Amino acid sequence: MSAPRRVVITGMGAVTALGRNVAEFWDALAAGRSGIRPLETVDRSRLRFENGAEVRGYDPAGHFSDKELDLLDRFAQFGLVAAREAVKDAGVEWTRDLRERTCVVTGSCLGGKISEDEAFGGFYAEGRRAHPLAIPRAMSNAAASHISMEFGILGPTYNVSTACASATHAIGQAFALVRSGAAELALTGGCEAPFALGHLKKWEALRVVAPDTCRPFSKDRRGMILGEGGAMLVLEPLDAALARGARVHAEVVGFGMSADAHHVTQPLAEGAARAVAAALRDADVRPEQVGYVNAHGTATAANDPAETEALRLVFREHAARLAVSSTKSMHGHALGAAGAIEAVATALALREKLLPPTANYSEPDPACDLDYIPNEARAAEVGYAVSNSFAFGGLNGVLVLKRWDS
Amino acid sequence: MPEAIEQRVMKAIAATAHAPIEQVTPETTFEELGMTSLDALALIADLEEEFRIEIPNEDALSLRDVRQAVACVRALLPEASGPEARPS
Repeated sequence: MSAPRRVVITGMGAVTALGRNVAEFWDALAAGRSGIRPLETVDRSRLRFENGAEVRGYDPAGHFSDKELDLLDRFAQFGLVAAREAVKDAGVEWTRDLRERTCVVTGSCLGGKISEDEAFGGFYAEGRRAHPLAIPRAMSNAAASHISMEFGILGPTYNVSTACASATHAIGQAFALVRSGAAELALTGGCEAPFALGHLKKWEALRVVAPDTCRPFSKDRRGMILGEGGAMLVLEPLDAALARGARVHAEVVGFGMSADAHHVTQPLAEGAARAVAAALRDADVRPEQVGYVNAHGTATAANDPAETEALRLVFREHAARLAVSSTKSMHGHALGAAGAIEAVATALALREKLLPPTANYSEPDPACDLDYIPNEARAAEVGYAVSNSFAFGGLNGVLVLKRWDS
Repeated sequence: MPEAIEQRVMKAIAATAHAPIEQVTPETTFEELGMTSLDALALIADLEEEFRIEIPNEDALSLRDVRQAVACVRALLPEASGPEARPS
């Protein structure tokens, strides 16, 4: 087996509550502007929480024909829109050979909840038959399949479902495929559309959604805020990117995973810490080389102190000098897509030399005592950054990215 | 004679904890019954159904024993229905 190859990000796409493309996404992150607002796509009067991070100003008909939309749940639409932007950004020149050696690895844990909600609600309440395409619309791999069909990608294509770590696990898998030589190019990321009333009632019952907004690491935090959207990356070997003169956004240098083997909803600091340590080992990076952590930072009572403790366990005395932020305070928690949205945010932070803040931060918590970049972005040239995802069920995924200096 | 609120709450707790009703007294804590935080969430949902009430998150997540659960339900029942009445 040949030596592992260096892997770089040459294309990015994002459709989120912060905008319909990467440029709008970054403008909002840099300004510390939150996309959390009263929900518009569901009947709020039937919910006990009001707010979410919805994609605004998005018209499906502007992206897809009616015939295509018959087959696409909102989550898969977000995946395709982000994939188109990423492929265009990377300037991929497709050949038969490249198509055969390209992989698609997506993260989505919900699949098409809006399509399912329509089918179940119609049947139980009104005895209506389900839409004949409800099954292919709602399957969790729908986005991966449609992306492969849209670009004629013929290599390994699959979806990873590990709750809130789905997209990070997906990107890690794609990174491994390109690094090892099993794939020459990867389209990877995640997409999710959780705003279906029946699905939101389940979140309401779990009592982890904030009645106000998302305030990660702040003492007055009251829970998470759900978000929707999609983000995709194009990964390729560094040599190939340089040979074709592609723009490099950042390098992917490490990936780590772990399981807590502890509790289905309560996080365990030691479990998260093992994933961060594994990612740094994989990257061959020392803790003191890391300047920024894009935190999982859900703003639940349980996550934020556990994540803080995990970072202290791994970074020890360097933790005091580490800049940490949760961009979920702005784009919400997009569940299976969260890791991809945050990987894009992390790559942009390295490239633009500007660390996005933790928005809505108001009050220090003794249990969360790191530097969370409160409310205002900070100019900083960071060499290495870490992006954390810690899922329900205790499944953890962590990426390490490196700034690219051309 | 309608069943007392306390009895109904204790029955719900026994069912959630999979414990015999004799083990549940007003002084019993959820911990003594082996209930986890997720069991407590399930209990809250059952109490909301049983009494047709809406228990706010802050109250729900702070309940630790039978007495607190009974007090929480009592406080949320409408005055007009009488403290011991079973809603239709």
